[in-house]
Amino acid sequence: MKRLIDKYTGKLTHQGLAGAENITLLCLDAEVTANRPLTEVNPELLRVFDLMNINALLYAEPEEPYKSIIRHLATREKDRLIPNDCENRTFLHDIPIISDLSADTLSRVLSRRKAAIVGAQGIISFGTVSPEQAFVSFSSVCFSTFVKFFTDVMFHLENLNAGKLQRDIALLEAYEEIIKFIQPAFPACDAISKNPPQNESEVVRQMIVAGKELVERRLVDSNFGNISYTFGDNIYISQTGSSLDELETCIDAVPLDGSSSSGITASSELSAHICIFRKTGMRAILHGHPRFTVIMSMSCRKDWCDLSTCYSSCSQDRSVSGIPIVSGEIGTGPSGLFRTVPEAMAKNRAVVVFGHGIFSAGIDSFGPAFELMQSVEKSFILEYFNKIRGLI
Amino acid sequence: MHGYTSRSLKIDLSAKTSEIIATPSSLAEQFIGGRGLGIALIGKRISLDYDAAGMPLIFSSGPLVATEAPTSGRSTVISRSPLTGTIADCSVGGRFGTELKRAGFDFIEITGTSDRWVMVTIEDLAVTISDAAHLEGKNVTGVRDLLGPEGSNAVIGLAGERQARYSSIVFDGHYLAGRGGIGAVMGAKRLKAIKIKGTLPVSVADSAGLKEAREEIMRLLRASQAIFGELGISEFGTAALVDLIHARRMEPTGNFKKTFYDASSSYSGYTLRQCYQTKKTGCRGCPILCKKVGNKGEVMPEYETVSHFGALNFNNDAAAIVEANRLCNEYGLDTISAAATLSCYAELENRVLSPQEMLDIIAEIGGMTTYRGRLLSQGSYRYAQAAGRPEASMSVKGLELPAYDPRGAYGMALAYATSNRGGCHLRAYPISHEILRKPVATDRFSFEGKARIIRIAEDMNAVIDSLTACKFVFFAASLEEYARAVSAVTGRTYDMQSLLKTGERIYVLERYLNSLNGFTSADDDLPKRFFIEEGSSSPNIIVKPLNRQEFLSARSNYYRIRGYDAHGLPTEALMERLGLGQYL
Repeated sequence: MKRLIDKYTGKLTHQGLAGAENITLLCLDAEVTANRPLTEVNPELLRVFDLMNINALLYAEPEEPYKSIIRHLATREKDRLIPNDCENRTFLHDIPIISDLSADTLSRVLSRRKAAIVGAQGIISFGTVSPEQAFVSFSSVCFSTFVKFFTDVMFHLENLNAGKLQRDIALLEAYEEIIKFIQPAFPACDAISKNPPQNESEVVRQMIVAGKELVERRLVDSNFGNISYTFGDNIYISQTGSSLDELETCIDAVPLDGSSSSGITASSELSAHICIFRKTGMRAILHGHPRFTVIMSMSCRKDWCDLSTCYSSCSQDRSVSGIPIVSGEIGTGPSGLFRTVPEAMAKNRAVVVFGHGIFSAGIDSFGPAFELMQSVEKSFILEYFNKIRGLI
Repeated sequence: MHGYTSRSLKIDLSAKTSEIIATPSSLAEQFIGGRGLGIALIGKRISLDYDAAGMPLIFSSGPLVATEAPTSGRSTVISRSPLTGTIADCSVGGRFGTELKRAGFDFIEITGTSDRWVMVTIEDLAVTISDAAHLEGKNVTGVRDLLGPEGSNAVIGLAGERQARYSSIVFDGHYLAGRGGIGAVMGAKRLKAIKIKGTLPVSVADSAGLKEAREEIMRLLRASQAIFGELGISEFGTAALVDLIHARRMEPTGNFKKTFYDASSSYSGYTLRQCYQTKKTGCRGCPILCKKVGNKGEVMPEYETVSHFGALNFNNDAAAIVEANRLCNEYGLDTISAAATLSCYAELENRVLSPQEMLDIIAEIGGMTTYRGRLLSQGSYRYAQAAGRPEASMSVKGLELPAYDPRGAYGMALAYATSNRGGCHLRAYPISHEILRKPVATDRFSFEGKARIIRIAEDMNAVIDSLTACKFVFFAASLEEYARAVSAVTGRTYDMQSLLKTGERIYVLERYLNSLNGFTSADDDLPKRFFIEEGSSSPNIIVKPLNRQEFLSARSNYYRIRGYDAHGLPTEALMERLGLGQYL
């Protein structure tokens, strides 16, 4: 278990989610293993194992800006947060807020949800199979609260300007504090090839490199996002729940004619990737969740809209900075994004899915797809802050 | 009690009487329904022989049955296994659970032994026990033709009549209470069929809450590649797993001598769909519809069945596999045990059975018409032991292993060993994380952390079988969402941990009841082959023999985590802590 503890503690620090000194990650098989001496672990965290049938527990104070964001959101909301982004509405449903770190309280809330915000300063999550679950839930809370905070600011200012409500001073003061931590940088990326791969092993190698860069540039969080390349008769695609910076053994080769179902472990967006290839002929496809792309995709609140259905069935013809925004849910349901994204991709090399993320594609290499995704995020960041400045 | 009818039915076949009783609310609270309720009802009667008049045969629904909760049409059959001597429970699909609940009953407990063949007919609280001489000697289709299409039915074929030790009860033609030979319990009671139909309402405490929970579950299902993806089980049935398990080099081949069969694509989900132009069907109340039926009405085999009548018997004839499945459904035989017993027979005979010979022997077993058929109807362990080669039976506690080679998934190895009903993949279902990456992937070639993972999963699956839901949903959703559903249905407050606590209570009680029949840690073991013979490796996937010491260490950890003693038995303190003191 120590190997897994080191792995996920390392991911939390490397991805800027939490500092090593603020992380407590506990794993339990027959004995408890931790990332620090057990004598230094809060006994209440250890006692959670007596109250819950789990095998991993993660508690950490997140790094900025998440720390300030959850402090603000937890102060404002009473007992739970409801994510604005589509993926976490499906995955987390909601995020409970609790005030104390007692084992009884922790076990009560974690018996109902995958993660919780504790005392306006920490995040707790757990696993029943692996500490990876705890990491994914923790990371998802960070992502989700980030998106929620910046969308809440945008919606508030839109409503304020429309004269629909009073100025929320606390929210806007928090915004001024939190944007100090937002320092986006988009250095050139030379690692990703602009040349098409010539054989299967080159396909896999290029996917591994592209996946790592997506994570490194924070264009995806935790285990979300996916990547594919169509070569010969197969589409090579990242597996479901795989971390894009660890694709070495997590790529499925799926025959395009459907003659093998070994790709049953492929990304849940397999259908979208196949449909995009068939519709556009573009072989290199990336799907990421850049934060301001997700935020700006929701920058549309018409008075007549039923906000509960925007994610699945928006009928508006929308775009931001020339990039089309479509609705569509994860997977293959009646409102699945595989029905909306490929159609939009026929005219564009990048398409944003409402409240979810972005698909970008290259004709035969990942370089252009990556640059496009990064440039969309860059322009959406500019668009966001221009919009906020205008509204303030 | 919302979610329950509050009524149950007791039938005594010796006296030909029936009695409507109040469903014990304390048992419903402690054990939910389905498997848990059935195990608690049997209690110490588990020490009776399977064919004793006093041995109960229980058909039980759960609180979610006949509600809007996804996959809520299942039921459970519980008794003692004629094959293994352990507790026996089978979660079964079809319409029976829904009809049982709508007929006004939470469970039916059948005891006694009839002096002649009988059938039971139930319709909206009315119960009839009638002569079934006209059904005797018939296989499943013959019986169903006479029963008519209304409602649901549970039937035994010739295998159950003649008490083959792995005979099944067949529900609605092709949903089997398959494992452990529970059909022989029905046969021993001379109960040929149950026909049931119901129109009564089922009460739900909070319909709006149930609708919300259902939508949460459905969103997760729609996002699941394994369920609704274009390569998932909704499209191909569980035969979708053929290609995957083949690619992972863990498909049991030639009585588990190898783990790779190069002709497996001849019976893959894709091939079956192409050859038989399959369409979807499934259990009442299920959105997944994993069952596949060909354009001429042929019932497509499940993954375990195609793989075991395929690779395990070196057979690449898809038509023969479909026919083998049909024969097993007709006679009422567990396909896993049948195919594994055939492969054991082939090994001891030192030859490969031809497809036709395989089909001929199934008929001999089902009808017990020949000496060989009667010998093989006892299961691979009794057969191999009688031949002086017990090690050739690839079974745990006498239950033949399914189609996941444990050398390719170490959690599966531990789960086979610790399973309360013998070599079963469904008690802990580690294929979910070791192969299908749900909820996250684990290292399939490591025992690290697996002891607790298996314990948690055993508890979870005990809950699922008690609710009674379908395990496939849990590739996508979790008890987090189902706790909301069962809370909305019953009006009681459940959460994931309270459900897991109930799961632990059920699992430990099962373990304790097995101990009354002499089961100890010595029975929690795998066939020697897995520790001394390699699987079929490729340059990228090395399939080594299991390390005996690592296995024993993981098993020891498992006992410790469970709170068992060194012999793998529940302690009195554990029983008391779980509220099971009355069973001591």
